[in-house]
Amino acid sequence: MKKLIHNPFLLIGGCISGVMTALILVGYVWTPYSATAMEGSKFDSPSLVHLLGTDSYGRDIFSRVLSGAGTSFWIALCVVAIGCAAGILIGSLCGYYGGPADLILTRVCDSITAFPSILLALVIVSVVGGGAVNVVIALGILFIPSFARIVRGEFTRCRDLNYIRSARLMGVSDARIMFCHILPNTLPVLLPAITIGFNNAILSEASMSFLGLGIQPPNASLGSMLSDSQIYLKSAPWYAMSVGGTMVLLILGFSLLSEGLQRQARQN
Amino acid sequence: MQGEPVLEVRHLNSYYQENASIFGRKGPRRQILHDVSFSIGRGEIVGLVGESGCGKTTLSRTILGIVKDYDGEIIHHSQRPQMVFQDPFSSLNPARTIGWILEEPLRASGIRDKAARKAAVADMLRRIGLDESYAGRRPSELSGGQRQRISIASAVITHPKLILADEPVSALDVTIQAQILRLLVELQRDYDLSYLFISHDLNVVYQLCSRVMVMKEGVIVEENTVEALFDHPQHPYTRQLLAASL
Repeated sequence: MKKLIHNPFLLIGGCISGVMTALILVGYVWTPYSATAMEGSKFDSPSLVHLLGTDSYGRDIFSRVLSGAGTSFWIALCVVAIGCAAGILIGSLCGYYGGPADLILTRVCDSITAFPSILLALVIVSVVGGGAVNVVIALGILFIPSFARIVRGEFTRCRDLNYIRSARLMGVSDARIMFCHILPNTLPVLLPAITIGFNNAILSEASMSFLGLGIQPPNASLGSMLSDSQIYLKSAPWYAMSVGGTMVLLILGFSLLSEGLQRQARQN
Repeated sequence: MQGEPVLEVRHLNSYYQENASIFGRKGPRRQILHDVSFSIGRGEIVGLVGESGCGKTTLSRTILGIVKDYDGEIIHHSQRPQMVFQDPFSSLNPARTIGWILEEPLRASGIRDKAARKAAVADMLRRIGLDESYAGRRPSELSGGQRQRISIASAVITHPKLILADEPVSALDVTIQAQILRLLVELQRDYDLSYLFISHDLNVVYQLCSRVMVMKEGVIVEENTVEALFDHPQHPYTRQLLAASL
């Protein structure tokens, strides 16, 4: 507890992302109105009936924000899970064994990173088609290099340390050395990378939906709602503000959390 | 040498390949060890002295199989030897608890029974003068001397016959050095261990070893019992080392 107070980033970030995550989880099982039903009149301003007002079809914005953030949230989770799992696998094999395979895979990762990732994702999605699953796959693949590079770096650093040498002398298997001896040592850099990756995934998904290639209407996503709302910026400013505000809070929370984790790791 | 040998090394030459450049051209292959022959008997503590860079560490790494570019014969008469390293800070996994670190050699040697492993770890902790509560701590909470005790324990816990100790006390201050040396002697007696004790510090070697080998530029220039070597050094290099340590 004392540690948390000394680390305001972790505290505030944890609070914001905790509240946002809780709201999103609630949104999965219950929203005040259906996210796709036209319940009220067009562009009701925020009131007790519609907390954040209604949109151009008379749908409740609060319900849509909850469900949209929920969609973005699980897409980002899947993207990070794919990127992280594959990144750990590739990074640890490359870092531990080295050799020509490492050289080739590292170069492949570098060349993927050299392209703007959102552009590559757009290319992939426009070839295989939109929809949540394709967005997850496209972004997931593009997120592999960032994790692979971090894990590889830590593995090359650790592989010749004495405690790994003695593990090898004891006859511990390579797989066990990689995942039980070295991997726990990468956590201090991996955890912040996961939270940053999560933010990037939310932003990327939002950008793709904003451009109309991600989640298809009438399903809600933060990106598509933002793109909807920009036309009504003057007549219904609460629409854009509530969508934008949700995104800001979501990302702010996880950025602070990541900063807090990094500080925590540096202290230990 | 007394009793049957646990390790025999015959006509060992060991090489070091300088780093390949980025264009794939290999650097020169340098010979580090020249025709090294010796053996270590059961329960014997053999010292290996010489200045830094003379090939002491290469010898231990060749015996352990870390250096693979060698010719000559290395005959192990028991299970694989274990190693104690100089730097107590890089020899323990910082992400794991002491209990886990000490259990790992037992796990690797195929002891499936968790309770038996835990008991052996608690036993070993008491044996090296730390209480059982240390099992839950991490290496970062321990002092240099305590860490070196743990790395010695993790080498000894599977009861190997031979321990290679590469400057195990050089990174510690003098009072801690004496404690660690005492621990090494006690463990040697209790578990019938043999040591190849690598050091540049002749005083430490004199306290601990029964037989000493002097290495210079990859060649063993003199080998004798500790008394004979200290009283009547034959090789000029040995005399030089002795003069420098006084």
